[in-house]
Parts: sequence; C-alpha cells; structure tokens
Amino acid sequence: MEDQMLNRTIAPAFQPINKLAIHEPESFEYANGLKAFVFQSPELELIKFEFVFENHFDTHELTLMNTALSAMFKEGTSSRTSGQIADEIDFLGAYLMPEYSFDHTSLTLYTMHKHVAQVLPIVSDILQHSIFPQKELDTYVRNNKQSLEISLKKNDFIARRLFYQNVFGDNRYGAVPSPEAFDAITRESLLKLYNKQIQPSNCTLFVAGNVTKDVLAIVDSIFGQQWENTYSDRDKDLFVLGEVKSQIITDFKAESLQSAIRIGGHSINREHPDFPALQFVNTLFGGFFGSRLMRNIREDKGYTYSIGSAAVSLQHAGFFTIASEVGVDVTQATMDEIEKEFKLLGNELAEEDEIALVRNYMQGVLLGSLESIFSHADKYKAVYYSGMDLSYYDYYADVMNAMDPLKVQEIAHKYFDYDKMVKVVVGQLN
Amino acid sequence: MINFKRFKLDNGLTVLVHEDHNTAMAVVNILYKVGARDESPDQTGFAHLFEHLMFGGSVNIPSYDAPLQLVGGENNAFTSNDITNYYLTLPANNLETAFWLESDRMLSLAFSEKSLDVQRQVVIEEFKQRYLNQPYGDVWLKLRPLAYKEHPYRWATIGKEISHIEEAQMDDVKRFFTKYYSPNNAVMVVAGDVDFEEVKRLSEKWFGDIASGEEIVRNLSVEPKQTESRREIAEADVPVDSIYIAFHGPDRLSKEYQTMDLLSDILSRGSSSRLYRALVKNEPIFSEINAYLMGSIDPNLFVVEGKPSNGVSLEKAEAAIWEQLERIKAEFVEEEELQKVKNKIESTLLFSELSILDKAMNLAYYEALSSAEDYNKEVAKYDEVDAKQIKEVANMLFVKENSSTLLYKSNGGSNVE
Repeated sequence: MEDQMLNRTIAPAFQPINKLAIHEPESFEYANGLKAFVFQSPELELIKFEFVFENHFDTHELTLMNTALSAMFKEGTSSRTSGQIADEIDFLGAYLMPEYSFDHTSLTLYTMHKHVAQVLPIVSDILQHSIFPQKELDTYVRNNKQSLEISLKKNDFIARRLFYQNVFGDNRYGAVPSPEAFDAITRESLLKLYNKQIQPSNCTLFVAGNVTKDVLAIVDSIFGQQWENTYSDRDKDLFVLGEVKSQIITDFKAESLQSAIRIGGHSINREHPDFPALQFVNTLFGGFFGSRLMRNIREDKGYTYSIGSAAVSLQHAGFFTIASEVGVDVTQATMDEIEKEFKLLGNELAEEDEIALVRNYMQGVLLGSLESIFSHADKYKAVYYSGMDLSYYDYYADVMNAMDPLKVQEIAHKYFDYDKMVKVVVGQLN
Repeated sequence: MINFKRFKLDNGLTVLVHEDHNTAMAVVNILYKVGARDESPDQTGFAHLFEHLMFGGSVNIPSYDAPLQLVGGENNAFTSNDITNYYLTLPANNLETAFWLESDRMLSLAFSEKSLDVQRQVVIEEFKQRYLNQPYGDVWLKLRPLAYKEHPYRWATIGKEISHIEEAQMDDVKRFFTKYYSPNNAVMVVAGDVDFEEVKRLSEKWFGDIASGEEIVRNLSVEPKQTESRREIAEADVPVDSIYIAFHGPDRLSKEYQTMDLLSDILSRGSSSRLYRALVKNEPIFSEINAYLMGSIDPNLFVVEGKPSNGVSLEKAEAAIWEQLERIKAEFVEEEELQKVKNKIESTLLFSELSILDKAMNLAYYEALSSAEDYNKEVAKYDEVDAKQIKEVANMLFVKENSSTLLYKSNGGSNVE
C-alpha cells in the first residue's frame, strides 16, 4: 500500500537510458560477388530478404530510369506474366516490394518462414529474367503521368521539387519527374539498365529473421551458385554536385489557403565526423515535437499543423531541410520566425536543460527504434553504406554525451547559416 | 497471438498488461471511449480538438511533452469517429514517468485559455492542410453526408466546417472532459519490458484515487435503411476525375464483418486483386482503384473509389466497377482466391505483432469494442468464411438502392472522350 499522500507535482526519479546493442551479422561472400549479411532471430516466424543494388547512371542523370526499373521489376519474366507473379506472391502471404532511393534500387521480400522455399525461386526469376513487357510499361507510364498531374496540384510537392532542383542542380539528386521523361522511357533502355545493374556483383543481400540452415542452403544455391554475372565492365560513376545559390524562390498560387515552405541546402553526410553532432542540433532545432521550431511556430503561434527539419545523409552528399505548410496570411510571419530561430541558434548559447532533454530524447528514440531484428538490419545497412561498421553507434553515443552549449553553437555556426540557404515558398508570400 | 492479463481498479479503469521482454521499451496506451460520433451536430470536430488540448498541460504538470522527452520517451494520439487513443513509448526503466503524466491528465487538465487559442489555430491549419488545400481533400466532407443522413458518421472527425472549431469555448471543453475522460470510460494497456505486479502497483498508486465519472449511455441516431440510390456531382480544380461509391454494410461486431473484409481484399488487396488486375492492368480503364471498409464500430461503409485513365469517361468507369461487382455477386469465388486473401490475413497479423505499440493498440481497441480476448479469436473467424458467405454479403451490399455515388469532376475539362 502507498501510505503517503501522493505529490503529483514532483516527477518520479528517472534512470539513464541504456545503450544500444545491435546484433553483429554473419557475413558471406559468394564467388559471383554477391555479399550477404544475416541477422538471426530464431523466435520469429517471418523473414525479410532485401536485395540492394547500387544505382548506376550512364546517360543523362535527369532520366527516371532507375525509378522505372525498380517499379517494373515484377511486371513479367520470360516464364511468368505480371499477373502470375502477383498471384503467386499474394497466395503465399508474402510481400514483394521494389524500392528506389537516390543511391540504391532494392527488392524486398517479407515472407513467412514456412514459404521460403516456394517464394525465393520467384525472386530469383525476377532478378535474372525480367523482360519488361511493353504493355506493362505503357500502363506504368500512363498511370505515373496521371499521378504526377495530381501531385503537381499539391503545394508541398511543388515546393519539394523546386527545393531539390535548386539545391542539387543537374544530377540524380536534383532530378524530378516530368511527363516527357516518362514518355522517353523505352523497353530497350530499361533492359539495358537491368542487365548492367541487376547483377550479383552489384548486389548486397540483407537477411533477417528465423534464418535456419535450410534457408541459408537455399540462398547459397539459388543466389550464390546459380546466379551468374553477365555484365562486368561497370564504371565507377562520377557525381558532380551543383552550386547552391542562396535565393528565395516563390511560386504564387492565387487559390491556396496554405503555403508550402522549404528551406535548406547542402550539408555533410554520415561519413563526416560532425554528422552525429549535426543530427543533435537538427533535433534540437526542428527534428522533433519538442524542437524550437515546433514550440515556437506551432505550439506558441499556431501558424501550422506541423513544422520539421531533417539532416539527411546520402552517398555523395548530405542536405538539411525544413518543411512546413502554413496559412497564407501567416507565411511571411513564419519565414520571419524561422529566420529568428536561426539567428538565436547561432548567437545565444543553449541551456544545459534543453541539451539534456534532447540527448535523452534521442537516446530513448534510438533504443525504441530497435523494434525487431529487421531494425537491427536497417541500422547495420545505414552504416555499411557509409563505409563504416557498428562501432559508429559507439561513436554516436559518445558524441551525444559530449554535447554542450558551446558544441551546439559551433555546429550552428558551421552548418546552420540561414543566409546561405535556398528558400522556397509555394502559395502566397505577402 | 498476444498474451495479456487484466485487472480493474475500483474507479472502473480497466488495465491490460502484455509482457514482452525482447525489448528494452515500454508502451502505455490509453483509449478513451469517445469519438466524433459523440459530438452534437452543431459542434463537430470537438473530440479531435479536445485531443490536442490533452497536451496543453494538466492540473499539476504544466507541460506534458517535455518531462516525457527528458526520460527518453515520445508520444502521440489520434481521434476517430469512435475512439480517442493516446500512446507513448519510453525506456521501460522509466515507466513510472508515464503513469505520473497520464494519471494527472486523467485527473484534470490545466484548462489554459492560451492552449485553447493556439490549438484552435493549429486544428484550423490541420483542417486546411488535410481537407481543403489538397486535391480531392474534401471528398469525405461530401461523401459522409451523402451516405449517412441520421447517424453522426455523417461528419468527419475534423468536423463539418471550420466555424465549429473557431467557436469552441472553454466551458464546452470542461464539460467534455468531465463527461468522457473518466477512468471508467478508459482502457489502459501497458506493454513491453514490464512486470504485471509492478504495473498493478503503479496503477493503484497513480490512478487509484481518480474519481469515477458518470456512466456513458449512448443514444446515437440510427441510420435508416437506404431505399434509393444517391448521387452527387462535385466539380473542383483537380486534373483528373474521380469516382467514389459507398455501400452501407454491417457493424464491426456483426458476424458478417470478416466476410465483408475478405470481400474487399478479393476486390482490392495487393497487385493480384480483381479490380487492379481487370481495370488497371488488363484494360486501361483506371489509373488507380481501391475497395475498402471504413472499419467503424457502428454500421459501416464499404467504399469503392477510383480515378479513370485519361480519356475514359466517368460513365464508362462506373459501369466497369459495377460489372466487377455483379460478377462477384453472381459467381462463387474460387477456393484458391479465397485462400489467398486468408493467407494474407495470417501474415499481416504476424507483422502487427512485431511491434509492442501495435500490440498495445490492438488490445486496447478490442477491449473497448468487446473484449481483448476477441483479438486472439480474429484469425479463426476469417478462416471460417466460405465462398457462399462471400457471395451472400456481396449480394447484400452491392445493390443500387444501397449505394451513394460521388462523381468528383475536374473543372479543367481534360478528361473528355
């Protein structure tokens, strides 16, 4: 029994947050160049297989080829129609999801352990024998042109597009879709890219879940032995980052009730030693519900439903971005407040209390992000593609612990210069 | 399968505990049995606005968010037409902070005028962002009142119109709190790296002395059976026409619910589904098409919606949907097709059990609906459905007299044949 009257004004004592313990995977390398990382969680009935391919760009970078390649993967092989692939996968209760990001194209399979032997041969077929039927390509192009038309009615979509174009310029990160670019995709060019890119020597496989011996044997046989490289002289592709001109770009929309705002610019990526500290300052500034931007612009002024910022790490670059949608009548006021917050971040030292809160919050969220074995694989993947290993997370923890008001200010001076950023407003800036 | 134990405090608060020691985290999920259906027709959007006010400080704690963030936690909430659900995750060793915060706001709010002023504005911006400043964003503001004439599902959780939110007053806020935010109208689920006895002790300590509220007796208007087909045409500045057909269907606890759900899966789940295969892939009639249930507690809507491909008229598109609906009314589905959607139910369930938060939310929802035990019986109910039942439910739902059709037209005229 609790005998004392409860004093509800005093917070219960709290404990330090435990450090992250990420499973080290088993790794395999096959003769065909395929690399595999295996994350074990025997109690799970599900398994995830993620085949990740590095993107290659050999023609003009503004094409949508890699996006189309990923979307068209499962639309037919030399022995299966698009419909047959869909039926077989769905019948087994599996999920087969092609994904595309700036740097990678991947094919992810989630399946129940009991169906692995039936479902992996379908994936193997897709990785080796896709034929990209013209009819399916026509459907893809038709539907994507239509959904692009709809997206172009959304201010946040237009703002994001203008932002990427102006921050990255004429390369893969700055490329945005257009109806003409969809029309320019041909079956031949897709096949060419597929033959070049979807090869075991360009693939890393991440397997997580109940990866039993028999599952490993299937992987070894289908993907390690039977999958042959049919393309080898892949060049290391060159990436040129565009210049960023600090400017305000506006796109006036007379009918809009809200304006979409994007502010940001180039930044560092995970390989840079400052990256964890940058993530810290980003979180404090705009990266969570208790951030300065959110507290000021939503919770104090009520100008928006949401405002947030992010520090994003890509293979060849990094960028910082702020995004919000705000009432047209308060768009200028919001821009002013954002600018004020930048100045404050650089000019005044943050309080220790605020730093402690952000640190604990980030440690808690990181701990909570390790939900299942799949998240262990994701964490590993993130550092792997930055050329690092799991010791990065120890370094990350050390940086978190060492953050203090001076360090926050130093990072602010280095990476949070409002005057150098691109500002995009789609809607009305009065 | 989710294991759990249950106890009830004297004030009526139901607590469920699910121990999962594979994680270092804990979840506290509190569901209040109140949603937009409990609002009065001239004060819609209130339950959702109120959800925002729950973060504006409580009687003894000026800020809800900061103390939680300080111990490594994060939180959110959502409001539906039926319920309002608050959830937080935090490192399990700091579980007591969650009890402190949640019990204080169940005890009483700070009722700050500043918070009400700001959150009215925030919700108005949310209204604009999600419903008014988006192509097709206002569809549900039109389709709900077309399909429901009496039942409070005729308005969306955001509310009928912005003025209802602008006019919300502090007295209304207090009345709403007193009526609905009582321990006897809530279900709390604590899940993760927690211990049942410890949860029991913390619950008694922090929630035990909160007074019970009145018993909620719901007397919602019953939607009369629809007897003739309804149709509405809307025009807006969208690039592509769109069609929405809503059919009235049984409630969440009816024995036909799982059948109706599988019916929507056969029509529209995944890239092997009937509507996608027939109307997007095999014939270029639609660029996208979907069929789904609203999943509401009271009698449901089964919705088919799609965007015709360029050059296809709404008339042709509508006829193509009906052709598929007539087919599933006339022919039994193949055993293999039925098994396929059941297999997908099985694997989806495994996914939802990867996350302690999903598990906690599911337990809370089923407990509010009937009992948390029913969550674990759900797969068996799906498994029992046969082709005859699918056909019967299709015949019950897909009749013109039971349909409300919204034709959402582009005023740009780019879609004419």
